[in-house]
Amino acid sequence: MTATTAGAGPAGATPEGSPLLALEDVHVVLGGHGAPSARAVDGVHLQVRRGEIVALAGESGCGKTTLARTVLGLQRPTSGRVLVDGVELGTSRAELRAWRRRVQLVPQDPTGSLNPRRTVYEAVAEGLRIHRIPAETGRREDDLVAEALERAGLRPAERFVARYPAELSGGQRQRVLIAGALAVGPELLVADEPVSSLDASVRGTILALLLRLRDELGLSVLVVTHDLGLAWNIADRLAVMYLGRVVEAGPTEEVLADPQHPYTQALLSVVPETGRLEPVVLRGEPPDATAIPAGCRFHPRCPALAAGPAAGVGDGLAARCRSEALPLLPPSAGHTAACLLRDAEAQAPGNPASVPDDG
Amino acid sequence: MTLLQVEDLHVTYRGGEGDVPAVRGVDLTVAEGEVVGLAGESGCGKSTLASTVLRLQPAGARVTGKVLLDDEDVLTMRWGRLRAVRWAAASVVFQGALHSLNPLQRVGDQIAEPMLLHEPGTTRGTAARRAADLLERVGLPASRVRAYPHQLSGGQRQRVMIAMALACSPRLVVADEPTTALDVMVQAQVLDLLTGLVADLGLGLLLISHDLSVLGSTCDRVAVMYAGRIVETGPGRDLFTDARHPYAKALAAAFPTIGDPGGRLSPAGLPGDPPDPAALPTGCSFHPRCTVAVAACERRDPLLRPAGPGRSAACLLVGEDGSPLTGTDGDVPEELR
Repeated sequence: MTATTAGAGPAGATPEGSPLLALEDVHVVLGGHGAPSARAVDGVHLQVRRGEIVALAGESGCGKTTLARTVLGLQRPTSGRVLVDGVELGTSRAELRAWRRRVQLVPQDPTGSLNPRRTVYEAVAEGLRIHRIPAETGRREDDLVAEALERAGLRPAERFVARYPAELSGGQRQRVLIAGALAVGPELLVADEPVSSLDASVRGTILALLLRLRDELGLSVLVVTHDLGLAWNIADRLAVMYLGRVVEAGPTEEVLADPQHPYTQALLSVVPETGRLEPVVLRGEPPDATAIPAGCRFHPRCPALAAGPAAGVGDGLAARCRSEALPLLPPSAGHTAACLLRDAEAQAPGNPASVPDDG
Repeated sequence: MTLLQVEDLHVTYRGGEGDVPAVRGVDLTVAEGEVVGLAGESGCGKSTLASTVLRLQPAGARVTGKVLLDDEDVLTMRWGRLRAVRWAAASVVFQGALHSLNPLQRVGDQIAEPMLLHEPGTTRGTAARRAADLLERVGLPASRVRAYPHQLSGGQRQRVMIAMALACSPRLVVADEPTTALDVMVQAQVLDLLTGLVADLGLGLLLISHDLSVLGSTCDRVAVMYAGRIVETGPGRDLFTDARHPYAKALAAAFPTIGDPGGRLSPAGLPGDPPDPAALPTGCSFHPRCTVAVAACERRDPLLRPAGPGRSAACLLVGEDGSPLTGTDGDVPEELR
């Protein structure tokens, strides 16, 4: 577990040295060309250390998939930097190829992501061939394929190599895709909703596989999801994204046991389980990245702000929520949230800050 | 009052190499104002059951048993009567509804269409007015009648599908995975909407999902299906928090309770795959994946039987009061060895 460190200092200087993945003030603007441009990712600092599983949670349209694409080198950031092991993601073909060997995708929909006419062997060998790994390592391709399949839990591998996707269950297909990612020997997996299209009983076995890969191979995982239960199941740290920004981040236990941002609180309250929290169902859809509200970007939907004085929000504070731009959450191992209401509460006399300020 | 009563329903598909039983003897009731959940995974027969309620099962499927809607058997009624019953007595919101809307037609016209088809004498003006009312009823501005599906978000399209299901004022709505592709917040909005409709209109709702946490927090009663049969039924909350059948337990454990140290960094899965319906295991069809199965489970096929107040389970190892019949040291009653 990571300890809270006050004054984590400039980006990159974390307790364990440089992180494997670091995003520094990343912005991605999509569209333009006549259409209104969308600030899909609007200033994000995020780090994933070696052997760490970080969940990036939020609703559709919050920018989490765009951010994942940026990490994979499929989307160029408009500004800001993406670094793996201190090396910045470049733009040349050779740089991108080297990058994709270190950073591999586990896609959302295993059925749609596998070519139905190609065998399991072909699906797993593809990455090996692209990155010329057999030639480089002097190992046989079929050994590498078998090793990757067994790592992904498809044992014995020879039972699976000649099969076609249609002959496999949903969970087995997802394992084939994970094997394909593992085959090239990545350091970071980016998993986009890795279990959302799987059956309930399979879900846990795939999540357990991700945990095991972290433990056995020291892999890092950035998992993009709207499912806070998934974060509770596997993530060391959780970052909650809303409309292009990380609004709360920290160790998973701390964020989920004591959510500070009203958005995180609302998201957590609607997770269907046994009714620990009074559900706060936010009205309306996530707003539009082409028209980000001024002030706190969550203010038009914020239940605490809407409750006003009843929730201890005076007029002065409410006016600030509507107009004052919030600073970006700094990269930090501690629990942080971007919310003026929380800051005001923490600073109120006789009310010790429940969350240490790492800024 | 009971709206839907399914009795000993069997649905068998004809496969290339013999018959494939999809539903194998299911009993189920839904009353007015009641939300009943049907839980299960791909291939367990739950969607076949949903379509059979309105006789929408694929051609060639052999169906036996009864599906009584207001005491009338859907399976034997004449075609003209069936046509009247669909939409007006019961309607279905199918899975994958997000792709079921016609992309070229305004949503108001799509909501009005069943009224014009099924209620002779309805004028276009009346239907359009009612479509606008229904949109407001499901929480969208009436002005959205003029929208095309691509102009709506996933949650809004799901609301349109629900409005369409309500078009002819049915008393029973069957919703097959209505929130599966949606975000948690939108899922909560849609579930709120559905349960609100049940409360306001006295509808009966059959809610089908693989997510027992959703059903547990929404349904009065839940039935869990495995390999074409109901393996456990009981009050919704109880089934999620205190399931008795080993499969229902695994399904409930798949979605962790946030804050529960038991699920932290330890996701619960169920190894193995559901059985091939064309080649079911002998005895209890769950026994090859069951962690507590005993020798008798390979031979004896348990039927649903009482398992405590208001509950039943189809497991040899669950006693009539719901308590497990094995001790912690694995002592199994003589007759089960």
